Amino acid sequence: MSELTLLLIRLAFLAVLWFFVIAAVGVIRTDLFGSRTAPAGPRKGSKPAKPVAKPKPKKGEPRQLVVTGGPLQGTTINLTETPITIGRANDATLVVSDDYASSRHARLFPQDGQWIVEDLGSTNGTYLDRSKVTRPTPVPLGVPIRVGKTVIELRK
Amino acid sequence: MPAKRRVAQLLMLALAVVVVMGAYANVGLAMDEKIPSGMLTYGLSLGGLMLAAYLVLAKFAPWADPLILPLVTLVNGLGLVMIYRLSESDSPLPSAKLASPNTQLLWTLIGIVLFSATLIFLRDQRALQRLTYTAGAAGLFLLVSPLIPGLGQEINGARIWIGIPGVGQIQPAEFAKLALVIFFAGYLVAKRDVLALAGRRLLFIDLPRARDLGPVLITWGVSLGVLVMQKDLGSSLLLFGTFIAMLYIATQRISWVIIGILLFVGGAVLAGLVFDHVQQRFEVFLNPGDPELFVKIGGSEQLMQGLFAMGSGGILGTGLGQGHPELIPLAFSDFIFAATGEEIGLTGLMALLMVYALIVERGLRTSIAARDPFTKLLAGGLSFLLAWQVFIIVGGVTNLIPLTGLVTPFMSQGGSALLANWILIALLVRMSDAARRPPPQAIQDEGLTQVFQR
Repeated sequence: MSELTLLLIRLAFLAVLWFFVIAAVGVIRTDLFGSRTAPAGPRKGSKPAKPVAKPKPKKGEPRQLVVTGGPLQGTTINLTETPITIGRANDATLVVSDDYASSRHARLFPQDGQWIVEDLGSTNGTYLDRSKVTRPTPVPLGVPIRVGKTVIELRK
Repeated sequence: MPAKRRVAQLLMLALAVVVVMGAYANVGLAMDEKIPSGMLTYGLSLGGLMLAAYLVLAKFAPWADPLILPLVTLVNGLGLVMIYRLSESDSPLPSAKLASPNTQLLWTLIGIVLFSATLIFLRDQRALQRLTYTAGAAGLFLLVSPLIPGLGQEINGARIWIGIPGVGQIQPAEFAKLALVIFFAGYLVAKRDVLALAGRRLLFIDLPRARDLGPVLITWGVSLGVLVMQKDLGSSLLLFGTFIAMLYIATQRISWVIIGILLFVGGAVLAGLVFDHVQQRFEVFLNPGDPELFVKIGGSEQLMQGLFAMGSGGILGTGLGQGHPELIPLAFSDFIFAATGEEIGLTGLMALLMVYALIVERGLRTSIAARDPFTKLLAGGLSFLLAWQVFIIVGGVTNLIPLTGLVTPFMSQGGSALLANWILIALLVRMSDAARRPPPQAIQDEGLTQVFQR
C-alpha cells in the first residue's frame, strides 16, 4: 500500500468523521426550525410529497382565517396543521395591538378536522359568537370570534 | 411540535456504522495491506445490534430523540476499532495482551440487551421517583461492596472490583453512579425549595442554613471515603461533582457550587498530605517530564507515553493503524483517548469530542423539554455525569488535571462501564421520548378539565 493511498484514506476518514458530526448538527437544525422552513422552501425532493398528501380538504373544513373587524380588518391567514396564537406578544401568529387583548390571549388549533378555540387565561376573555369561551370549544365556519376589538372568523 | 424523525435516525445510524466499517478497513489496509477478514463480521454485528436497538426504540419510545442512538453507536464502534487495532499490533508491554475486541463486542451485545430491557420495562421514568431512597441505599451498597471481605477484589492497586463466580469481575461503582443520580434527583425534587430559599445573605452569596448542609457533607464524606478506602480518585471526583451540579440545577444558587468546590479542594489537599497514592498523582501531574518519575513504578510513564502519542499524531494524526499507540500502557482502557489521538490527530479528536458534546446537548435539551421537575433533574444529572466523566478522563490524559482512573465512556475496554453507560443512554432515550411526545389534547365537553402546555 503506497504512502499516498494511505494519506488519502486518512484524510477521507477524517472528512467522513466530520461529515457525520455536521450531519448530526443538521438533524438538530431541522429539529429546531424544520416546521418553519418546510412550507417556505419546497425545493427538497421529499418536501413536495407532503403538500400533495395533505390537500384532501373534506367538505366544510376551513382553510382560511379572516379578520373581519378591528384594526387588522382584511388580514387573512392560511390554515395549516400548526396552531395559531392570537395576542399582543411578538411571537403570536396574529399580533394584535389592542389595549383590550392580553399578550397571549387565545389559541386556535386543529383536531380531528375541526378547529378548536381555547382562551389562554386572558384578562378580558374570548368570545365565540355571543358566549364567552371558558374551555376549548370547536369553531364552526363563519362564526365570529372576538378578541378585544378584533373579530376573526374561519372561512373555506 | 417535534416530529419523530425516524428516517433521519436510521440514516444517521447507517452512517455511523459505515464510518466504523471504514475505520476497520483503514486499520487493515494500513497494517496488513488488505481489508481485514473480520471487517464484515464486526461491521455487520455492530450494524445488526444497532438495528435491533433501533427497532426496540421505534416500538417502545417512538418519540425519542433521533440523535442519541447514532452518536453513541459511533463512539462505541470507534472504541471497538481502536481495541481491535491495539490487539493486532505487537507490543513490548505485557498488559497489551489484555486488549480483546471480541470480549468488548460481547459486552456491547449485553449492553444493547440491557438498553432494550430498560426501554421495555421502564415505561415511565417517573416510576423511579418512588424508588428514591431505595436507589440511594442500593447505590451506597454498590459503592462499598468491594470492601466486603470475600466479595471484593483488588486489581492494580484499586479495590473497586467484586468477583462473581463464573462470570468474572465487575465494577459496582459504575452502576452505583446511576443509582445515586436517581437518588439525588428524587431527593432534590423533594427538598429543593428549602435548600433554595432558607438561609441568609452574607457578603455576596446566600449562605444555606447549617442543617441543610447535612446531605452535602454526607456526600462529601462518602466520596472522600471512596477516595481513601478504595483508592479510586475518579469515582470520587465524579460522584461529588455530579451531586454539586445537580444541587445547582435544583436550587440555582451559586453558593452551593462555591461550598462544594471549597469542600472538595480542602478534602483533596488533606488526602494529598495524608495518603501516598494521592500525593503520587499530584507529583506526576505537576512534573510529568521528570526522568526520575518516568522510570518509577506507578510514575509518569503512562501519562508521558500518552502525551508523546498525541504529539506524534499532531493535527491530522498518523492514520489508523500507522502509529504506535501500543507503546502506551493500558492504551485500550484508560488511555484509549490518547491512543485514538495519535492515529486520528487533533482533527479527529475534535470530531470525537463534538460527538460527546452532542450527546450531552441532546440530554440537556431533554432536560429543558421535560415537563416534571424529577425528569428535568434526572436528565440534567445524567447528562452532566457523562460530560463530567469525559472531562475528567480527557483532562487527565492531556495533563490538564491530575490523572484519575476513569473510563472514556463507550470507548474504553471494560464491561461494567459499557453496560452502565448503555443503561444511562436508555434512561435518556426514555426521558426524551416522554419530553417530545405531544401533550395530551384538551378533552372536549369534560367540564373544567384543562390541559396546560408549557
